[in-house]
Amino acid sequence: MQQIINFLIRNKTFLLFSLLFCISLIFTFQSHSYHKSKFINSANFLTGGVYESANNIGGYFGLKKENQILLEENNRLKSILFNTKTSETVVDTFIDSSLYDGNYILKAAQVVKNSYSLTNNYLTINKGKKDSIKEEFGVITSKGIVGILDKVSPNYGRVRSILNSNIGINAQLKKTNHFGILTWNGESPYIVQLIDLPKQAPVVVGDTIITGGLSTIFPKGIPIGTVTSFKTDETENYFEIDVELFNDMTNIGHVYIIENLDATEISNLNNLDE
Amino acid sequence: MNNAITTNIARFIALVLVQVLVLNHINFLGYINPYVYILFIILFPIKNNRLLFVFLAFLLGLTVDMFSDSGGIHAAASVTIAYIRPVVLKFSFGAIYEHQTVKFSNTDVGQRLTYFLIIILIHHLLLFSLEIFNISKIILILKKALFSSIFTLILCILITVLFSRKTK
Repeated sequence: MQQIINFLIRNKTFLLFSLLFCISLIFTFQSHSYHKSKFINSANFLTGGVYESANNIGGYFGLKKENQILLEENNRLKSILFNTKTSETVVDTFIDSSLYDGNYILKAAQVVKNSYSLTNNYLTINKGKKDSIKEEFGVITSKGIVGILDKVSPNYGRVRSILNSNIGINAQLKKTNHFGILTWNGESPYIVQLIDLPKQAPVVVGDTIITGGLSTIFPKGIPIGTVTSFKTDETENYFEIDVELFNDMTNIGHVYIIENLDATEISNLNNLDE
Repeated sequence: MNNAITTNIARFIALVLVQVLVLNHINFLGYINPYVYILFIILFPIKNNRLLFVFLAFLLGLTVDMFSDSGGIHAAASVTIAYIRPVVLKFSFGAIYEHQTVKFSNTDVGQRLTYFLIIILIHHLLLFSLEIFNISKIILILKKALFSSIFTLILCILITVLFSRKTK
């Protein structure tokens, strides 16, 4: 017994070091899997508050740009509004989620923290449980998708960005219904990858990629980006496509949070035979 | 003694805030960020309680992790450099360290540079290996670690020179 205690006292620094190192490794591994990062995230009171106050100051410098984006979006929405009476088929716009029978609720939020240079990037927004925001809600801007909420605290929410190597979003070609999975290889913040797209799909450079209706998170038809290059993967059965994002992920100010009211109903239905 | 504690607390808070609010958003050439917060570990008083020192390093890393949503990678890297610091000190300062009389402002520039460089390189290598966590991207890990190390080293030296209390 005496020897054990002596051993502990002699090696106390090394033991403490090993313990702390293991704890940090556990945190690291948890952050690699969905919904597991419990304590260490930027959606808590302290970090959210610091980011919010910093953003309050920094926000003023981007006002001009923000106004420009809002103006462009208003312009686009107005043109849809005025043109629907004359022609029922608006060809050049994306499918508007408001045309669905009120299945989706949109809420505006502001990004208080954004990162894009790491391998697993997250954003923090200033809306949380108090604003009826839950995990698994989609986040978009007027130009395209941003990510999926994966952690909410009372006042803040953390968004798993599409620039995250652990993300997989259902996406498809705009012109046909061939769909694949949107991932990111961790390199350029302007380019994401669409994998597992069947080889039969008629892909050409410049095609538009939109969200597919298969996920319960995003409605079908939210713009993602355009095809810049494509090749077949190792199995020669699927395409691997580089998609240039419409969104500039390095500059995100205001976002919209999408809630799908039918999400639980659809996922219950999908899980019936499992 | 009290003075040293106050200095270190102030340094802890200031470095974390500077790191998460300014330096994490530099993204020079797309991916190069300096990690200057480890200056707290580098400049921590030599005569110390090692248990407390290792624990403080862990806390420092964890705070940065919390702000940058990176799991525990900063905590792991910081705790490692805090643990191996005595070895690096011995290697770079040699005999002076044996007498526990190292004052960073009085040491030779070359020795100080070696000390900074070794600590920063180990920290960054560990940090990026854990962040990317993919052996097939070893080139990316080395590239990121090398360029960020250079950036961090330059900034660390500039900051220590700027805030040194030597009056001439």
